[in-house]
Amino acid sequence: MEEYGGGDLLTEAMGSAARVVVIEDCVEAPGAFVLHLLLKRALAGGGEAAFLALAQPFSHYDRVLRKMGCNLSLHRRNGRLHFFDLQAFSGGARESPIADSFVQLYSEIQRAVEANKIGENEGQVTIVVDDISLLEVVAHGSVDDVLDFLHYCFTLTSEMDCSLVILIHEDIYAGEENMDLLLHLRYFADLVVKAAPLSTGLAADVHGQLSVVNKGTFHKQSAKSQKVWNFHFKVKENGADFFYPGSRQ
Amino acid sequence: MAAAGGRTLGRSSFSRATSNQVASSSGATGVKLGPNGAAFVSSGIPDLDRILGGGFLLGSVVMIMEDADAPHHLLLLRCFMAQGVVHKQPLLFSGPMKEPRLFLGTLPAPVSSSKEDGRHSRGMGAGASSDRRANEEGLRIAWQYKKYFGDEKTYGVEHNDNKQEFSNDFDLRKPLERHLLNSQNIECVSTQDANTLSDLQDRCSAFLSKLPRKDGGTSTAGRIAIQSLCAPQCAYFEKDWNMVSFIRSLKAMVRSSGSVAVITFPSAVLSNSFCKRWQHLADTLLSIKAIPDEDKDLAKLLTGYQDMVGFLHVHKVAQPNSQVPVILEASTLSLKLRKRRSLMLERLIQAPVDGSSGPSSAASGSCTSSHGSQLDF
Repeated sequence: MEEYGGGDLLTEAMGSAARVVVIEDCVEAPGAFVLHLLLKRALAGGGEAAFLALAQPFSHYDRVLRKMGCNLSLHRRNGRLHFFDLQAFSGGARESPIADSFVQLYSEIQRAVEANKIGENEGQVTIVVDDISLLEVVAHGSVDDVLDFLHYCFTLTSEMDCSLVILIHEDIYAGEENMDLLLHLRYFADLVVKAAPLSTGLAADVHGQLSVVNKGTFHKQSAKSQKVWNFHFKVKENGADFFYPGSRQ
Repeated sequence: MAAAGGRTLGRSSFSRATSNQVASSSGATGVKLGPNGAAFVSSGIPDLDRILGGGFLLGSVVMIMEDADAPHHLLLLRCFMAQGVVHKQPLLFSGPMKEPRLFLGTLPAPVSSSKEDGRHSRGMGAGASSDRRANEEGLRIAWQYKKYFGDEKTYGVEHNDNKQEFSNDFDLRKPLERHLLNSQNIECVSTQDANTLSDLQDRCSAFLSKLPRKDGGTSTAGRIAIQSLCAPQCAYFEKDWNMVSFIRSLKAMVRSSGSVAVITFPSAVLSNSFCKRWQHLADTLLSIKAIPDEDKDLAKLLTGYQDMVGFLHVHKVAQPNSQVPVILEASTLSLKLRKRRSLMLERLIQAPVDGSSGPSSAASGSCTSSHGSQLDF
């Protein structure tokens, strides 16, 4: 029933004009596959992407996306994918404070985005962050610096017509005292996609549950449309299946 | 003996064909190639290798959450290190002790494979429920059947050639021979008095950069074993962000050099949010729980309770270059000492509860079911 790239429940739930998408996941149900889907979608539509990869090396994403029918190496060579390999990124050196490193990183992203604006390319730029909690580790726990950086990226969405996809591990912020980052992100977000494990435990056919909350701030016509979606998912090599509980063929 | 013969016969016709095709050996000692461009080294416990789909993935960080009361994580760590020594792979060990080199003296020696017989006898160890054995004979066979099935799969893979086995069984009572330890490139770092982790980080990066390169660009698989990284006796304890960023940079280093790092940590001393951070950083995440010696309820519920030393829970399995999560048949396994010597893992086999409330699935969490059994209806 479900087709990849369009017509599935996730596409329907996400609507069209989400500027800032926040993906929340936890140890039991990794949400990286949503990030992969969105990255593929961003590149497939003729757009560009700036990918801040903190969790995995390029070879990993390349192989994963290739199985989904999206050649990252090619996009990278054509200049449509700006890949920032931040696995070894560290700003904690004594002489240069972390804020400087973030400023530098931001200016690189800005340059990439501006280059797209000048060129003939019509497509939108999507900034993808995998994942933001590691950026906090880079900053040695200085949430303010991360928030500053995020805010700058956020301004790009209005100034340069970018969109933002951010992965965050929600369970890290479950405690009362350190919710800052998560709360800020939820506030920024037009769309929150949350992956959670099934309460009944592991299953081979259903890998977990997605809840999509669409704030729909940007498009009037969807005022009547559904805001909250809940459905199950199964991750596959070439994409993912989305289905309502119990309605799987 | 007849049973053993029957088992070999059964293995030849019913074993999965994939296990041997996937496990094609590569040039390097003790390294096995798998699907998706993965390469594995053995964890030192053949059962664990099988469960994780081949072993510990090269280029990954394996984390083991310790039990707060019992040092069972050391069993896993020792097997991992001893396997590396046997395969002559470079090893770096670090622990919160004055003389970490002394820990090497406790590494177990491999069992020669010819001695492994009489395995079939241990299935009858369920003495606790012997009084019920007679009238529940048929049922008992049904729910113990899985155990024998598991055996076949376990021992199908590793007796390919005697010279270069991918994984050995280790005899926990016999120490590894001295000359093996002395001739190897084994480094030890003490984390007890270190104020920061930068020293350990430097040692790790030096260790990984020294790994001898092969002509294909791949290096020998190095093993890094870090015991109790966040132990309270370390001077850097409390510096949570330092520890997390150490793990992050270790992960990057290990990934680029194709080695394996195993880190055990007492999760109870970390705050909740940092514990989650650590778990997210792990590529493969295991946790270990000890079980009390004389727990009558558990003994009644689980077969082979006498040999059990604890439970191993598999939270996360490293999946290279793929987005599909690994769903195991059972994520909680019992850790047993076979003949008080070598470690083995088994799916939990639960005895049918009195009153037979539904089928006893072997996979579900043991703790909840043990509480459930106390309820009388």
